[in-house]
Amino acid sequence: MMINSLTSPTIAPPEHFISVQGLCKSFAGQPLYEDFNLDLPNNQLVSVFGPNGCGKSTLINMISGLIPIDRGEIWIHGKPIRRAKIGYVFQNYRDSMFPWMSAYDNIAYPLRVKGMAERDCRDRVERLIQTFNIRLDLKRYPYSFSGGQQQLVSILRALVADPEVLFLDEPFSALDFETTLFVRDKLQEIFMATGIPMLMVVHNLEEAVFLADTVLLLSKRPTHLVEAVPFTVPRPRTPDTLTSAEFIEVSRHCLEIFRQEMRK
Amino acid sequence: MTASSVRSSNSSAQDSLIRSVDRLLPLVGVLVLFGVWWLIAISGFVNPVLLPTPIATLGTLITGMLTGVMLPDFIATVLRTFSAFLMAAAVGVPIGVALGSSEKLYRSMEFLIDFFRSTPASALIPLFILFFGISDFSKVVIAAFSAFLLIVFNSAYGVINAKQSRILAAKVMGANRWRVFKDVLLLESLPQTFIGLRSGISISLVIVIVAEMFVGTEQGLGKRIIDAQQVLNVSDMYASILVTGILGYFLNMLFLLLEKRFVHWSGK
Repeated sequence: MMINSLTSPTIAPPEHFISVQGLCKSFAGQPLYEDFNLDLPNNQLVSVFGPNGCGKSTLINMISGLIPIDRGEIWIHGKPIRRAKIGYVFQNYRDSMFPWMSAYDNIAYPLRVKGMAERDCRDRVERLIQTFNIRLDLKRYPYSFSGGQQQLVSILRALVADPEVLFLDEPFSALDFETTLFVRDKLQEIFMATGIPMLMVVHNLEEAVFLADTVLLLSKRPTHLVEAVPFTVPRPRTPDTLTSAEFIEVSRHCLEIFRQEMRK
Repeated sequence: MTASSVRSSNSSAQDSLIRSVDRLLPLVGVLVLFGVWWLIAISGFVNPVLLPTPIATLGTLITGMLTGVMLPDFIATVLRTFSAFLMAAAVGVPIGVALGSSEKLYRSMEFLIDFFRSTPASALIPLFILFFGISDFSKVVIAAFSAFLLIVFNSAYGVINAKQSRILAAKVMGANRWRVFKDVLLLESLPQTFIGLRSGISISLVIVIVAEMFVGTEQGLGKRIIDAQQVLNVSDMYASILVTGILGYFLNMLFLLLEKRFVHWSGK
């Protein structure tokens, strides 16, 4: 038994970017997750969708190590969270960016924390900006940008240190429709260029399906995984994708399951 | 030029006129005050020995400042206020930030701070005279003490109410406790710290004036006011009161400007 638990990291298949086993978490005595298991195939963009209060954000906060878990094991590329390099994009860019630093200093912050030399920081940020063709005056302060630009800066900040996984907690919920489209396209571009696996909580079914390889549908609490729905339309996905037969079929299927869960 | 562009240039000229009139609005209250004061003064309801006209008062103020009669008192009060403030800020900000970063530490000191914050500082003047005598230092220390309480409380509050999401963001990017403190907590607390500093400088002025009246001193606006009152030199008394008001107003403005400069993100 003991040997088994010790060797499990090497057993954990490397083709999973996230592997969760026997996760338990209660809030104030109320179980939210009980013996929750999850394996996410590598190189995918996975979105999480479920009813209000089922703990979507709690799930990615536990996997990314922001919230402690009661019991269970979480592996990121076969490593414990502490040793994994992760990037995290918060729901509210306004409360997660540092308004006293310029946009450039915000993006470079993860590198500076790691003690990287100033010249190397500059090169890394430069390269990142050129790769994604970003035309922003980064000497300005974050609050002087539009909402979409600010969220883009916070995505760049999460990407700058070459994370193995990118977590996104409702990245579009603080944006209006127009900027959501802009940030969504940029995110797709980033995913296609880097191939960094992403786990994204979304509160809107269309957004959950549109970018994802897999949509995780969660139940009401105590939360379990109802179904992992694949969506295999090739990238880049465009506005035409929204009217494709496969998109409509997958969305309809997800909605049906969601409705069933709500009725329970 | 079309008719519509003429109309729009006309209305923009009107707009700028309205805006410049708007800018003069604060003066209305001042003029009303001086008007009422002047009416009361010439009406004979109040003994003219007790209430000179605003013009006589302003005349005393201007000649007092220009001839330099008031200047030594003014300078003495400003110097005391600033030294009290600097002492309070130098000790208060670090202690406040330290208290704020530890919930337990803050809770154990909270009552003490609240108690002394609720105690009128002027009530402590006799106590401070006992300890520090009637020296200049004594007046500065008591003012510093009351400013210190306000500064500590506000700095601690600023750190306590730092946005959790920014702290989390720093942690998830790999910042250790010291970096979180230095890069996030300290800066998050700045807007609130500035409120403390601004209240600190005004309470310093208040206590310095009171101390100058009752602790005894050679120079200072507080002493000037009470001396003028004793010999019924009322226009000098009113002029000196106005000077303290103007001083307080400009100190407040100065700190608002500093705040805008250093906490450019406040409210954004």
